[in-house]
Amino acid sequence: MSTVTTEEAEAGFVPKIVAFCCYYCAYSAADLAGSMRLQYPPTIRVIEVPCSGKVDSIIILKAFEEGADGVYVAGCLEGDCHFLKGNFRAKRRVAAVKKILDQVGLGGGRLEMYNLSAAMGTRFAEIALEMTRRIEELGPSPIRPETMAARAKAQGEVNQR
Amino acid sequence: MIVAEPKPIAEVAELIKAGRHVLVVGCGECVTVCQAGGEKEVEILASALRIQWKIEGLTGTIDTQTLVRQCEPEYVVELAKKAKNADIILSLGCGVGVQFIAEAYSDKWVVPGLNTTFGGGMVKAGLWEERCGFCGDCVLHLTGGICPIIRCSKSILNGPCGGSQDGHCEINKEISCAWQLIYDRLKALGRLKLLDVVQPPKNWRTARDGGPRKFVKLEAMIE
Repeated sequence: MSTVTTEEAEAGFVPKIVAFCCYYCAYSAADLAGSMRLQYPPTIRVIEVPCSGKVDSIIILKAFEEGADGVYVAGCLEGDCHFLKGNFRAKRRVAAVKKILDQVGLGGGRLEMYNLSAAMGTRFAEIALEMTRRIEELGPSPIRPETMAARAKAQGEVNQR
Repeated sequence: MIVAEPKPIAEVAELIKAGRHVLVVGCGECVTVCQAGGEKEVEILASALRIQWKIEGLTGTIDTQTLVRQCEPEYVVELAKKAKNADIILSLGCGVGVQFIAEAYSDKWVVPGLNTTFGGGMVKAGLWEERCGFCGDCVLHLTGGICPIIRCSKSILNGPCGGSQDGHCEINKEISCAWQLIYDRLKALGRLKLLDVVQPPKNWRTARDGGPRKFVKLEAMIE
């Protein structure tokens, strides 16, 4: 994950959100959003997956471990999964990982599951905005590499005193 | 197979609190199948614990390894390299696995990450049910393949008891009366005559009441 650029640091907190997007819906919706010239925050990092059901719990946790401020999984509308039940599996996994995040103190609110179709370019942009607003409210992840480095530096200064 | 359930993360975190180099060890057998302590669950737990440590400002390492089987010394030795650097080993094996690791690495503090619950199987995806009570003297040939020891809440051999209501057990309506199941099955198979034989009190010395058990097969012994 890249570090915050000077411009970003000057502008304040810019969330880093990982979006796991199903090829058959959200990823195509992202394409459509682009064709429609829709504006949405540059806070999301889209990762194409063959199905939302491909997104395993460990992949979501790894994103957070590496310092993501938020993660969302975007799958097809319920009943429309190309692989029939992938999005239902994703929904259950997201719910399970939310519980884990609550237990470890990061908070399940940083993770969400969305459902949309390939024709919903506008919704894709809405989701990006919605998630960005939510993460902005929650603030930076306490385990962001930058936060960790700042904390280590502050700790070092305290120790020196 | 042995069915186990994960301990809550808060409890596990407390168990490894004193350690700075933790090795989370999975098992490729029963607990992989019941999705409690296989390679995937080991990685998930290790990642969750790393996140928690980072939030709490704790430093250290949480490493992982999954063995083919934790209940056999020849696989447990494969842990040697990583175990050397660990001050706490967190086993996601069943109770047997935890003990085999503790015996093999006697200088290490070994803690369990799972609660070993029962001998059972997967009824459908995500649901495991108890089927065997390990009594050491199988009676399934008398009961149409339905175990009265573990599936009857009272483990009675000449049932059902008065608590059997409409095919359900009195302790919980979601539990089927094992003796109703046995009767229905024997009736369907035309073997109700089996129930005419009154079973004598069971010899529980072959079960846990006789102390820890051993199974010896001389021809399998190399030395």
